[in-house]
Amino acid sequence: MIGNKSGIAFFFLAPALLAIAIFFFIPVIAAFLISFTDFDIYTLGNFSTIRFIGLKNYLELFKDDLFWTALGNTFLFVILAGPLSIFVSLYAAIILNSKIVKLKALFRLSYFMPVVTTLVAVAIVWRFIYHPNFGIVNYFLSLFGISSVDWLGNPDLALPSIVLMAVWKNFGYNMIIFIAGLQNIPEELYEAANIEGANNWQKFKSITIPMLMPTTIFISIITMIGYFQLFAEPYVMTQGGPLNRTLSIVQYMYQEGFRWWNMGYSASIAFVLFFIIFIGTMIQFRVQKYLSSK
Amino acid sequence: MIKKFILVFIISIFFTACNSVHETKNVIRFWAMGSEAENISKIIPVFEKENPDIKIKVQQVPWTAAQEKLITAFASDNMPDMCQLGNTWIPQFVSLNAIEDLSEFINKSNEIKPDKFFKGIWETNIIDNKVYGIPWYVDTRVMFYRKDIFENAGFTQPPKNWDELYNLCRKIKQHNERNESYPIFIPTNEWSNFIIYGLQSGAELLKENNTKGNFSSKGFKEAFSYLIKFHKEKLTPFGMMQVTNVYQAMADGYISIYISGPWNIPEFKNWMKGDLADKWTTAAMPGYRNEYPGLSLAGGSSLVLFRSSKHKKEVWKFIEFLSRPDVQLKFYSTTNNLPSVIKSWENKLLTENVYMKAFYEQLQNVSPMPKIPEWEQIVFSKLQQYAEFAAREKMTVDEALKNLDKDADKILEKRRWLENKKRRKNDR
Repeated sequence: MIGNKSGIAFFFLAPALLAIAIFFFIPVIAAFLISFTDFDIYTLGNFSTIRFIGLKNYLELFKDDLFWTALGNTFLFVILAGPLSIFVSLYAAIILNSKIVKLKALFRLSYFMPVVTTLVAVAIVWRFIYHPNFGIVNYFLSLFGISSVDWLGNPDLALPSIVLMAVWKNFGYNMIIFIAGLQNIPEELYEAANIEGANNWQKFKSITIPMLMPTTIFISIITMIGYFQLFAEPYVMTQGGPLNRTLSIVQYMYQEGFRWWNMGYSASIAFVLFFIIFIGTMIQFRVQKYLSSK
Repeated sequence: MIKKFILVFIISIFFTACNSVHETKNVIRFWAMGSEAENISKIIPVFEKENPDIKIKVQQVPWTAAQEKLITAFASDNMPDMCQLGNTWIPQFVSLNAIEDLSEFINKSNEIKPDKFFKGIWETNIIDNKVYGIPWYVDTRVMFYRKDIFENAGFTQPPKNWDELYNLCRKIKQHNERNESYPIFIPTNEWSNFIIYGLQSGAELLKENNTKGNFSSKGFKEAFSYLIKFHKEKLTPFGMMQVTNVYQAMADGYISIYISGPWNIPEFKNWMKGDLADKWTTAAMPGYRNEYPGLSLAGGSSLVLFRSSKHKKEVWKFIEFLSRPDVQLKFYSTTNNLPSVIKSWENKLLTENVYMKAFYEQLQNVSPMPKIPEWEQIVFSKLQQYAEFAAREKMTVDEALKNLDKDADKILEKRRWLENKKRRKNDR
């Protein structure tokens, strides 16, 4: 009877399992195998030119300056944009959740707007905002007598400029999740704190932050994963320049794979990135466990 | 019950898989790009009237995604019958073994003869003595410049060689000392300039049967340092980041010379109206020393026939039709794409166009680049990168070129291996 039941369960699950197998597991396994070969445009034309090269792609990768540059840029981006974006969205969520603010729906909508706007359109607008001659940022700076800055053309400023834009574009999404988290905190806790005579900062520190911990962990994981996969922002804004300072790891992977058809090499980049994200997520889970056990 | 379900499921999968579309006879599937695809549909009715048994189905593919789409189509065995290919892409599709050698068709044809086309352009279609494409339209790069700024600096003629160009740029710079402007625009994120000047100085870009980089050679080094000099002396902005809109920059006099192709003529016309309308024109490229015009790139699109096609004869008929001088002219007048057939250039549509003279001169002096599938990767990802490093003085010219050679050698590793394999096979 039980066997029969699980048979029925499998039957109903079959379409989903089949889809996952075909569209996820098979490609992932294939990509993993490809990462040990020199699959390239010649191989597409004539499969006999494929060479099994073991770990050579991975070894080459560790000797590849451009890979390290891209990895460094991506880490820098995650470190700068991750905390900033979490902080900004938490800040916005708290303000929008407080009782004194009017027109909450309007603000919520307008903060969420960048999230649903097409990135390409956003990037074009931001290219104009950052434009050295007629950009609005430089216009405001000129009011204070600061001469024009080439935001996206200056190697040291290009990545921070993209960080700023990415944070602006994405904070609305995390903000909504934070608002939901805030609304889940029982009101009684604050009432009790009020009776005890706690001030706002104490309430925030001892009630809001601990109660929001699961939400924060969740947000930091998805933000980290999302930011490690940074691609579209620099792709549209700077194409990785100037001096490769905004080249991200996913963009490098895309270029190698779909621009130059070095599939083997590109697959090895993908698995290195997978490994990094995996470790990052593990660390965050450990931190969460540690914090909740305390 | 469950068995029945599974049976129905499997049967339905089976039927969808087998239900491939049976097309009516002689439908040619033609992939064309951008505005070409839009405008070719105006010419197709003429062909279909002359050949009632053939039908042409045009599929529009955007330029930016074209290569990706074609290679994916190839990988999934879903190629069209024919296609328009940028002629620098031909080597890739030859190495994929996807396009047909047209030599036999050409031998029998009255319409298509090699000498009816520009020599340098025709050569871009030949790999290992086989002809893989027929030029559809051509392009090359010439100088677009501001006549008035040249005259203010004391030049009534466009520069004829490298020294003249350099001196002219310095004069213009001195003349406009006060306001921020640049005499020329040589963006490091456009590899074309570096290759054009390399071809002019007679550099052999790759060596050993195109299996090793040769950028440190005397010829290329001379060209590369010549262009980097413009950057070091602030005669040109670094790249596209500094000049978001070249047309605006040209209209403002922010730049005075830009080396570009025929697709920009309508744009410049658009941006420079009224007073500015007669202040700009085109000229052929300056030469290295005494030869004028100097060499430029052999660009454009060719028509290719895919090996998987079942309508090769019909496709050839269509290619012949598109190569007729009158059809070429009609195509020119709708798309502004320059005719590849020399005879079309005798028409007053082209002879009376002031901007076209430079192109006609230039097209007699074009040279193909190395015809290997890795070429685009070398110039796009590596040459541009090291040009930027050198222009921003993060590397010396020697360092940049040494690194470029190293990277090129790495990219060409597979090619060396394949060549060795081929040689060993021939020895045996």
